[in-house]
Amino acid sequence: MNVEVDEGKCVASGNCAAFAPAVFDQRDDDGTVILLDATPPESEYERVREAHPRCPAAAIVLHENPPVRGA
Amino acid sequence: MTESRTIPNGGRAATCPYAPAPELYEAQKDDELHRVTVPNPLLGEFEAVSVTRYDDVKSALADDQLRMGGSMPYQAGNLLSYDGPEHTRLRRMLTGSFTTKRARELRPQIEDVVASSLDALEEAGPGADLVEVFCTPIPTLVICELLGVPYTDREDFQRRTKVALDFSVSREVQMEKAAEMEAYMATLVASHRDQPGDNVLGRVVHDFGDQLSDSELAGIGNMLLIAGHETIASTLSASIALLLQNPDQLAVVRDDPTATDGAVEELLRYIAPAAILPRQASGNMCVRDQEIKEGERVVASVLAANRDPESTEQDLDLDRLDVRRPPHRHLTFGFGPHQCLGQQLARMELRVALPALFTRFPTLRSAVPHDELDYRTNALVFGVNTLPVTW
Repeated sequence: MNVEVDEGKCVASGNCAAFAPAVFDQRDDDGTVILLDATPPESEYERVREAHPRCPAAAIVLHENPPVRGA
Repeated sequence: MTESRTIPNGGRAATCPYAPAPELYEAQKDDELHRVTVPNPLLGEFEAVSVTRYDDVKSALADDQLRMGGSMPYQAGNLLSYDGPEHTRLRRMLTGSFTTKRARELRPQIEDVVASSLDALEEAGPGADLVEVFCTPIPTLVICELLGVPYTDREDFQRRTKVALDFSVSREVQMEKAAEMEAYMATLVASHRDQPGDNVLGRVVHDFGDQLSDSELAGIGNMLLIAGHETIASTLSASIALLLQNPDQLAVVRDDPTATDGAVEELLRYIAPAAILPRQASGNMCVRDQEIKEGERVVASVLAANRDPESTEQDLDLDRLDVRRPPHRHLTFGFGPHQCLGQQLARMELRVALPALFTRFPTLRSAVPHDELDYRTNALVFGVNTLPVTW
């Protein structure tokens, strides 16, 4: 799984950090998203999948089963 | 096009206050968006497009063209009075104070507030009204923490708040108390200007005081009070009423700390105290394949959307409360740019208060039959008016 965040869209709701705190955090000054792990381990997949639709700004993009280069 | 039908002010069913008004359920089944007529204290009666499906409500609330539309009284500093870039600018000054980390940092203070409310309940004795002794003081005192209200002022603050937001007293008294509150808020702002406190209002004054007027700062304080007070008091009272009626689920909340977060999400989904969110299209926009024209009002039916069977591939009965279910997505805090600023704090308050209540009072039960509970269904924010309990 690859995770991307669009910081420009982020409205700092905190839902990503609330549902997947190992993968998302918030900046202290304005609460906007910090992506802690762009390639989270499988143990985090469910939490990231819960976080993704809860972003009110649709600022999270998930790529599941990314194609492997050269395969 | 179906004829516009009137829905109740609160968007709830007359027979079962937890359920959406039947017109909204019917609208949800129809592919075509319905028009409804809604009574509103500020706008009088207005006609609006009713959006009831989960995906549709999400899409509408996230749409750039959907604005507040004057459905709330204007107040400088209140986020609901703004849209677009002005809204973003103001909101960004506050978001740093409402992160998940800030909510966790406030946990000890929340625990203290809850503990003191439980002491007050113990002292009040069986027959006490939980709304008055527990559900209302907790969010009010948490807001006192956010605003930096000195301990010596808190009793008066609570008293003024209670009257100012009590719609059963005369308008004159209400306005008098509202004026007193505004005056008090102004003195708080002044004291933060002098020496910014280590709390939300103090930080805003410290970091952005040169960009905000005194009335905007007081407006921010007022917004935090209004937005964070009735909503949480109502969610607490409704949660307690529901759990008292479902003792097996109450036991989960009381006894299983690993289940608390999920239980709170389910209670938020099921209760949705602000069942309908009024908005307005500031330009032509689409929900699914249907056009909403510039100027049309829109009612986003959050409570109905939370029950939408299409929002799940599994066969979940979303009309039922089940605190054990894996947290199901909901729109109780809204969506898009105006999504509740305080939602992480709200979650924390509920997560602390509910287990603490049931742990301290394991034999808690309602002192009135459940079907005689006095619900408030006709205001913007749903709740229980009084909840007498015994133990």
